[in-house]
Amino acid sequence: MADFLLQVNGEELHVRGFAEESLLFALRNRLNLTGAKYGCGEGQCGACTVLLNGKATHSCLTPLSSAVGVQITTIEGLERHEVLTPVQEAFLEEGAYQCGYCTPGMILSATALLREVPHPTDEQIVEHMNGNVCRCGTYPRIMAAIRRASAPAGKGASQ
Amino acid sequence: MSALDELMSEARQQEIDPPARGFHLDRREFLKTLGGGLLVCVAPVREFAQESGRQWQGHELPTELNAWIHIGADGEVKVFTGKVEVGQNIRTSLAQLVAEELRTPFDSIAMVMGDTDLTPWDMGTFGSRTTPTMGPQLRNMASAARDVLVKTAAARWNADASTLTAADGKVTNPHTRESLTYGELTRGEELVENVPSDPPLTPATDWKIAGTPLRKVNGRDFVTGKHRFPSDIVRPGMLFGKVLRPQGYHASLVSVDTSGAERVPTAKVVHDGDFIGVTAEDMHSAEQALAAIHANWTVPPQISNSELFAALKKGSSSEDSRPEFASGSVPQAYAAAEVKLDQHYTVQYIAHTPLEPRAAVADWNGDKLTVWTGTQRPFAVRDELCEAFHLPAKKVRVIQPDMGSGYGGKHTGEAAVEAARLAKASGKPVKVIWTREEEFTWAYFRPAGFIEVRSGTRRDGTLVSWEFHNFNSGPAAIQTLYNVPNQLVQFHPADSPLRQGSYRSLAATANHFAREVHMGEIAFALGLDSLQFRLKNLTDPRLRAVFQAAADKFRWGRSRPEEGHGFGVAGGFDKGDYVAACVEVEVTPERKIKLVRVVEAWECGAIVNPDGLRNQVMGACVQAIGGAMFEAIQFKDGRILNPHLAGYRVPRFSDVPEIEVILIDRKDLPSSGAGETGLVALAPAISNAVFAATGVRLRSMPMAPLNAIPGDEPPRFQS
Ligand code: FES
Ligand code: FES
Repeated sequence: MADFLLQVNGEELHVRGFAEESLLFALRNRLNLTGAKYGCGEGQCGACTVLLNGKATHSCLTPLSSAVGVQITTIEGLERHEVLTPVQEAFLEEGAYQCGYCTPGMILSATALLREVPHPTDEQIVEHMNGNVCRCGTYPRIMAAIRRASAPAGKGASQ
Repeated sequence: MSALDELMSEARQQEIDPPARGFHLDRREFLKTLGGGLLVCVAPVREFAQESGRQWQGHELPTELNAWIHIGADGEVKVFTGKVEVGQNIRTSLAQLVAEELRTPFDSIAMVMGDTDLTPWDMGTFGSRTTPTMGPQLRNMASAARDVLVKTAAARWNADASTLTAADGKVTNPHTRESLTYGELTRGEELVENVPSDPPLTPATDWKIAGTPLRKVNGRDFVTGKHRFPSDIVRPGMLFGKVLRPQGYHASLVSVDTSGAERVPTAKVVHDGDFIGVTAEDMHSAEQALAAIHANWTVPPQISNSELFAALKKGSSSEDSRPEFASGSVPQAYAAAEVKLDQHYTVQYIAHTPLEPRAAVADWNGDKLTVWTGTQRPFAVRDELCEAFHLPAKKVRVIQPDMGSGYGGKHTGEAAVEAARLAKASGKPVKVIWTREEEFTWAYFRPAGFIEVRSGTRRDGTLVSWEFHNFNSGPAAIQTLYNVPNQLVQFHPADSPLRQGSYRSLAATANHFAREVHMGEIAFALGLDSLQFRLKNLTDPRLRAVFQAAADKFRWGRSRPEEGHGFGVAGGFDKGDYVAACVEVEVTPERKIKLVRVVEAWECGAIVNPDGLRNQVMGACVQAIGGAMFEAIQFKDGRILNPHLAGYRVPRFSDVPEIEVILIDRKDLPSSGAGETGLVALAPAISNAVFAATGVRLRSMPMAPLNAIPGDEPPRFQS
């Protein structure tokens, strides 16, 4: 066990944990940030997606020690003063979920995409999002939500 | 079949044990705990009432309440139901029905669901039964509650109740312009009201809140990560638990050494008979401790996929099957038929793969056990816990937070029992979350099936003989809706080599696959258009309507596929739902199937929430792609060979074609549930489309197991 200093959602947080344990477990079980979900633990489903320096990353495959010194954004960190990001708003407006278990990972993956490519084509969306599984099959609405979030010119998903 | 028989047959197919206990809660006591107000209860479901005292597999059927509604002094309406929200959107749609009948704003309704201490007993959330059974009960109660409120106001004002109106959470006297909110009317009261047998209900044509496309009621909690799923529950001082799994099915433990696990800091081993588990203060240590256990098992030789269908065809060791349906004389009619077809179809085991695996948090307080878990059947899980720990029902509370879905895969309480066991041994709350591999291996599967179909048809396209045998996968929707005078339709149970159970739409998927692919084969043999052949043999106007709606939108018969593309159609009926799909596929020279376009038409009576319904039907189409094209559990010698998402492919963004869903709203018909039947038409429509494109007939699900049509020959394109 060792101490780690993490930057999570703009805050500095001390965590006691194991260097090799996953960032996913540390967030969920040590910091009580349960928005990132366990779906497979193997980088195959995207439920655990968080942003590391703005890049969509599988927290289940990220050792805690390697998350030090990077900006970690979880789903809990998107809303500011009760204001949702355009991607969150778009998911609400499109009703882009059923059970909602994939939703945090979907929103963070989409956020990273729109930061890099503010107006992606459908092919770019599919390519970027293909690692995120929605077992409820809500993909068409998630696509629609991402298109909607990218629509207002110049706004994109820059929160 | 009576409604009760239907429910029981459904329950049997769901591998559901009958209820061990009913629900008995003192209503006056309950009202006190709610701080007075108005409590409206519904009498037992009518079918149950009529059949009261009837037994099912030795258990008394529930004769107590199924749901209730409470209106508090603040005007808040609490609806208590044992049903659970798993993504099918009933937290929203049931509240709409209550708001409608009660004449109160939608956002004044709070649903209390799936909590065995708070909600009335319920068999479980399955079989698309929430909308057709719970819906009317809640409407009855809400209507009765409105009546009580109006009468209470009439008494206060000394007015004639029939002159008063209820709207927007208030009762108003149009003559005096006086009005009282529901909260003001129930304040200080302690009213317990039973619902009269048939209170007047608002017809769907007059609906203002029901029937509208409201979004998921607590959607914001899902986009902000605030919602706590079962696996997100935390209790003070909670430990993390893991359970040692055997190396295969039917394995026996030869030896075990747990000393390595004991050396992991904070880890404790719980060894009790054949149960070996560990707890630790954090998940990582629990995993380390589990990995440090060395166990030797012997696993008996068991069959693999390659021997599966022969084994199923052999039937069960205790076969007692009788025809589900028989009419006329099949042998004679078949012998006399001008066109005879005799084919068989197969369906592999598939896994539900809910994105949230089984999870539970167990907390003992003295001898009272509380478990938060993801299940479609909280009361059945309570029964499992009562049995495991020899506790009376009142000592066990199961709470089901809205969960990461189930699709029929979470009817059982394995994780709940495991967490409770570890919590009992450690004296602290314990959380158990199954890994993806555990979920793939130790849950249960959709039954595999072997189906034989023999048909006889006249040259003019009239079906005369139909014989249909389903081995193992189940009797759901096994009967054909096409008119055939001579029929023999039979389900043959078999000894399944893998643990199998309920799955969204049950065997309706397998039976529709066999039936609708076979219909396509007959149409081809006769040189008839696939749609026209179906319509010729079909009278049911609701089924004809969905076929027609899908075909019109798809421009069936009015457009031709490009080279390498094919069109296919299929449809059917189950659980009060009518569905038809037209699809376009492209088959590449490498024999890959690419879904290009799906049009699915749907009708399930009066639509309660068109937005939620569209989401369900669309989702069902997407989920169906998996079982149709590539999902299959690979197994050998009691082991699952592909227990990971890397080896078990589920539909992803790149698999999704353009999907159009057409909803037909029949406001003149009762609403039926829509969680399941949306799956059944897709696979046969794809098979028919692939045949149209290539002349290759696919009779096995999945149809493209290694992402391509089995075989090496490049496809010979038809057009
Ligand atoms: S849990 Fe990390 S990708 Fe599935
Ligand atoms: S909404 Fe259930 S997994 Fe995506």
